[in-house]
Amino acid sequence: MIFITVILKEGIIMNDSLNESITRNKQKKRKFLNFSGRRKNSSLFTSDEDILHPFWIIVSKEISDHVKSWKFNILFGIIVLTCLGSLYTALTNISSAIKPNDPEGAFIFLKLFTVSDGTLPSFIVFISFLGPLLGISLGFDAINSEHNKGTLSRIMSQPIHRDYLINAKFLAALIVISVMFFALGFLVMGLGLIKIGIPPTAEEFMRIVFFIFLSILYVAFWLNLSILFSVQFRQAATSALASIAVWLFFSIFYSMIVNLIANAVAPPEFAPTHIIISYQKFILNLLRIVPSQLFDEATTTLLMPSVRSLGPLTMEQVHGTIPSPIPLGQSLLIVWPQLTGLLAATILCFAISYRSFMRREIRSR
Amino acid sequence: MDRNIIELVGLTKQYGSFTAVDQLNLTIKKGEIFGLLGPNGAGKSTTILMMLGLTEPASGSVRVCGINSTTNPIEVKRRVGYLPEDVGFYDDLTGLENLVFTARLNNMSNKTAVEKSRKLMVRVGLTDAMNKKAGKYSRGMRQRLGLADVLIKNPEVIILDEPTLGIDPTGVKEFLELIMKLSKEEGLTVLISSHHLHQVQQICDRVGLFINGKLIAEGDIATLSQKLFSNEPYMIEAGVILSSKDETDNSATVTKVSDMLKDISGVINVRTENNILYIGCSRDVTPDIARKIVESGNGLNYLVKKEYGLDDIYNRYFEGGNNHE
Repeated sequence: MIFITVILKEGIIMNDSLNESITRNKQKKRKFLNFSGRRKNSSLFTSDEDILHPFWIIVSKEISDHVKSWKFNILFGIIVLTCLGSLYTALTNISSAIKPNDPEGAFIFLKLFTVSDGTLPSFIVFISFLGPLLGISLGFDAINSEHNKGTLSRIMSQPIHRDYLINAKFLAALIVISVMFFALGFLVMGLGLIKIGIPPTAEEFMRIVFFIFLSILYVAFWLNLSILFSVQFRQAATSALASIAVWLFFSIFYSMIVNLIANAVAPPEFAPTHIIISYQKFILNLLRIVPSQLFDEATTTLLMPSVRSLGPLTMEQVHGTIPSPIPLGQSLLIVWPQLTGLLAATILCFAISYRSFMRREIRSR
Repeated sequence: MDRNIIELVGLTKQYGSFTAVDQLNLTIKKGEIFGLLGPNGAGKSTTILMMLGLTEPASGSVRVCGINSTTNPIEVKRRVGYLPEDVGFYDDLTGLENLVFTARLNNMSNKTAVEKSRKLMVRVGLTDAMNKKAGKYSRGMRQRLGLADVLIKNPEVIILDEPTLGIDPTGVKEFLELIMKLSKEEGLTVLISSHHLHQVQQICDRVGLFINGKLIAEGDIATLSQKLFSNEPYMIEAGVILSSKDETDNSATVTKVSDMLKDISGVINVRTENNILYIGCSRDVTPDIARKIVESGNGLNYLVKKEYGLDDIYNRYFEGGNNHE
């Protein structure tokens, strides 16, 4: 607007001068003015003239519901606070974290996300802990609350396909999560940049972006699990509790159970190497059923470039290697199975909930 | 006007071994107000869901506005407004915002949606509550908002599932009058499902009686009552003043009067229930009955000429149904 007024004033001043060329110039500017004026008008009214596809109407409504809801805002507040806390501890400890012969010395920036002095967990630990809670809170009442409010049958009687609703719910939550995580990731990067004064390299930046993608994927898994429960259970409280039960089981009890199994089937101390290796692989694979294990493995590999393998390595394999960081492409190759595993679990949950929602007969409450 | 807007042919729906709707044939003409009546669990809602393509019939076909609801539900839902039983709205949005959301789901631009929603809010009498959160609406207001929600897509047919449930009597009257007014103004076809027979009989052109998934009678109320009560089309209710404090004296008086009334030509039978006389007649003999009671020396408290309502029709059918079993 200010720009336009300046031109307008210019035009008036020029109008006073009698020079022909300037007049022509002024006319040109008038044209520009008119053009920008019309554009301003049209942008004001475009929202009135274009007709949004019903699917995007639902998505935008869902997004505004999430952003306005208490549960999201509370969790968002907690996550922002913990992130700032972990950033603070990372910043105070970053100088002591870098040792003279550290192969990751070149990746100071990534340490912002991983360093901790033990008082507060690091950024990635917080994400792997609070991320599921965020996903569950966005999805646990997706379908059943619509049913209990009596809005489901009203929406379904509108001329839209039935899957619009469940797809829109998923997409809206995913958009909210993505915006939030990218904002948070870049916020941590920005603050770190101001504090330590060393800009990230292109590779570090890419690693962080991949890490954020991975976090979104991880939260999307929990989101889909809770949407699945929201389709299956009539009461929102039941589906919330079921989702949280799964989360607690996986994050606390599952590792205990695996430990029990590990103790029971442990080979004797002097067993041949191949038996010990296969035993360790077996235990690791048991642990990998849990999505948080996959997420932890993937994030550590991405944010700690010196990690070369996620399984046991024999002395022969390590022999002769230089303790140096590996490039991003190689890190990605290492975590590829974890990535596909997470993606598969996410898609599986969504497919089940989609199928059961499509086959459900929708009655009023 | 004679076009059939809803055609159900041999419609059947089964849930496991339970048959909710059984070989239903029904046609509804354009511009008609049709009442689908029956007790809870008679299959009314299931029939409506099949009309909207929200559930698939086991066999038979549904055509609404000439479109098959099972194979092309989107086109049907574009033309049909459906007010579900106990309709709900998004509580944290205002009434207007709820309407705008529905309008936009029906491919309206934001501007038209807002304009149209405002107009409809005024029409259904929610002008003051327009910017109030829908969560604060009373039941009657919710039903009105539901009606606006149904009308916003300019439907050809509106289907109302138990629209009078849970509204107070004045609210019901106003709501039904509103439906009638709107349907006449817009030339809408209206299908109302209800188990409140006397409420719906005020506005319906034609009714269908639905019991255990079967349509057992269909037609306008006069025809139905004629068919049913052909032997005694008139029912007169009479109350006699009973002066005595003693119950046995009173019933003796009533019996005496009832015996006297049976002698009048045209009276078919006389029943007494709680000392009130129910006189079934083949023709209108109200004056004769009045004269007879007064002549007998008893005081006449009141005399009501009863017309058969849907309640009676319904009861009669239900009794019949029980007798068959």
